[in-house]
Amino acid sequence: MRSFQYQRATDPNMAVQALSAAATATNPLTQATAQPLAGGTTLIDLMKLDVMRPAAIVDINPLSRSWSAIELNSDGLRLGALAKMSDVAAHAEIQRSYPVIANSLKLAASAQLRNMATLGGNVMQRTRCSYFRDISYENCNKRNPGSGCAAMDGFNRMHAVLGTSDQCIASYPGDFAQALIALDATVEITGKSGIRSMPFAELHKAPGNSPEIETTLQPGELISAFAVRGRWPRSVYLKTRDRQSYEFALSSAAVALDVQDGTIRDARVALGGVATVPWRAREAEALLKGRKFDDELARRVADAAFAEARGRRHNSFKIALGKRVVTHALQQAVTMEI
Amino acid sequence: MPDNSSSRQSGFDRRAFMAGAAGGALVPLTARAAAQDASAPAAQDPSLPVDVTLRVNGADKRLHIDARTTVLDALREHLGLTGSKKGCDHGQCGACTVLIGDRRVVSCLTLALAAEGQEITTIEGLATNDRLHPMQQAFVDNDAFQCGYCTPGQIMSAVACVKEGHANSEADIREYMSGNICRCAAYPNIVAAVKQAAPEIMKG
Repeated sequence: MRSFQYQRATDPNMAVQALSAAATATNPLTQATAQPLAGGTTLIDLMKLDVMRPAAIVDINPLSRSWSAIELNSDGLRLGALAKMSDVAAHAEIQRSYPVIANSLKLAASAQLRNMATLGGNVMQRTRCSYFRDISYENCNKRNPGSGCAAMDGFNRMHAVLGTSDQCIASYPGDFAQALIALDATVEITGKSGIRSMPFAELHKAPGNSPEIETTLQPGELISAFAVRGRWPRSVYLKTRDRQSYEFALSSAAVALDVQDGTIRDARVALGGVATVPWRAREAEALLKGRKFDDELARRVADAAFAEARGRRHNSFKIALGKRVVTHALQQAVTMEI
Repeated sequence: MPDNSSSRQSGFDRRAFMAGAAGGALVPLTARAAAQDASAPAAQDPSLPVDVTLRVNGADKRLHIDARTTVLDALREHLGLTGSKKGCDHGQCGACTVLIGDRRVVSCLTLALAAEGQEITTIEGLATNDRLHPMQQAFVDNDAFQCGYCTPGQIMSAVACVKEGHANSEADIREYMSGNICRCAAYPNIVAAVKQAAPEIMKG
């Protein structure tokens, strides 16, 4: 690991200042010379691999006193960005009112990592693409813009089939983000000019021609909270993986339904493990609204969710698998007792 | 979440720094001499070691270490506590699991500087005098290891697993112990050990 300067930020303004000072508009945030440290489960790992090389680390954990609250009220849910994944997963009211959130967190990583990792850090988690993580491969457009993509014709079994470009097919690895995007969450961002909010769906950027730019965050900006309106007791997070626990998704689905008298009034479907960014399947949702659920509808919805999918040599199986995951998640959501 | 913003244990004079930092709340860890020079609150030189005090198994340990040092390396290389094991060094195997406060974490991805001011418990801090902790005894009783390399991490993780309330069924134990990999695949015996120790630990 390269040497760095360690700083503790004891209030948000100073964290923002320290991070802004080191950032430039032209340098992607992922390569900014100062990086915030929350749980450290991605950052320290990638620094050991020499993938991330910050000259300064700004430890924002002291902000957790004001940035880790879990609040439920009549409007909905507000989660501080420094809340630990384990605390939110274990929260009884979140398990009741937002099972998709609780389970997306519970099924991620391991108990140790969930104790360390924060919600804000989790949505910023970087891809597990093995070519991105191994600097002996020079050709990674995410690490070295313009250098090419070793995964394209390499071992790409874990890679994305949705939201890809001819520059990058790295999959977004997280779980929680699918729950957030499905529930139309907003993200609260603290920066130089104060606090702003935007739809969570606008946080991540598909790779396009600039895979090195992963989010719309500006230099010096930090995620301070997430908010969800309403309650979603009829919601599930289903995750398939190579082993039963402690593994990234091959394919996952976050599904939330509002069903009244057998008719689906509102439906949310998001996909994980298969896309370059947290993925909302709006075409699939549209097919569900106003309908009564049956297996034929589930099949059409699953087909619609993957209509644009494009597999490569080793990952085409994710399209068939993903459709089954969507179907199964819908069936679970429809039949769950709330 | 414990307050780890305090710099008192590092010997860093926050007041002097603040006076020179235009009211800033950013606290670079600096060598003591530099920090006391309020007129020049120089940022820490990354090439120089920093002072850190870690609280390990109930005792304060003063260290003069590189800022890059993880809790795992601080324990093993600087404090002679080699019970916590370095397996993957990337947070994937769980061999380095320790408790920080009452939470199990992987010490290989935790910077020592970020753990300052918090209570760290390692496998060496589990037994009371000559009496093994119930989880240690359960691992012995159930032959819950072969080579033993993952065992300290398994035991620390298992103690937390029980206290979290995640050891109420074999399925729960398997799910919540999944962050500890055993290459010898002693899993059935590990599950048995956790089941044996759980009631005794919950009893207190």
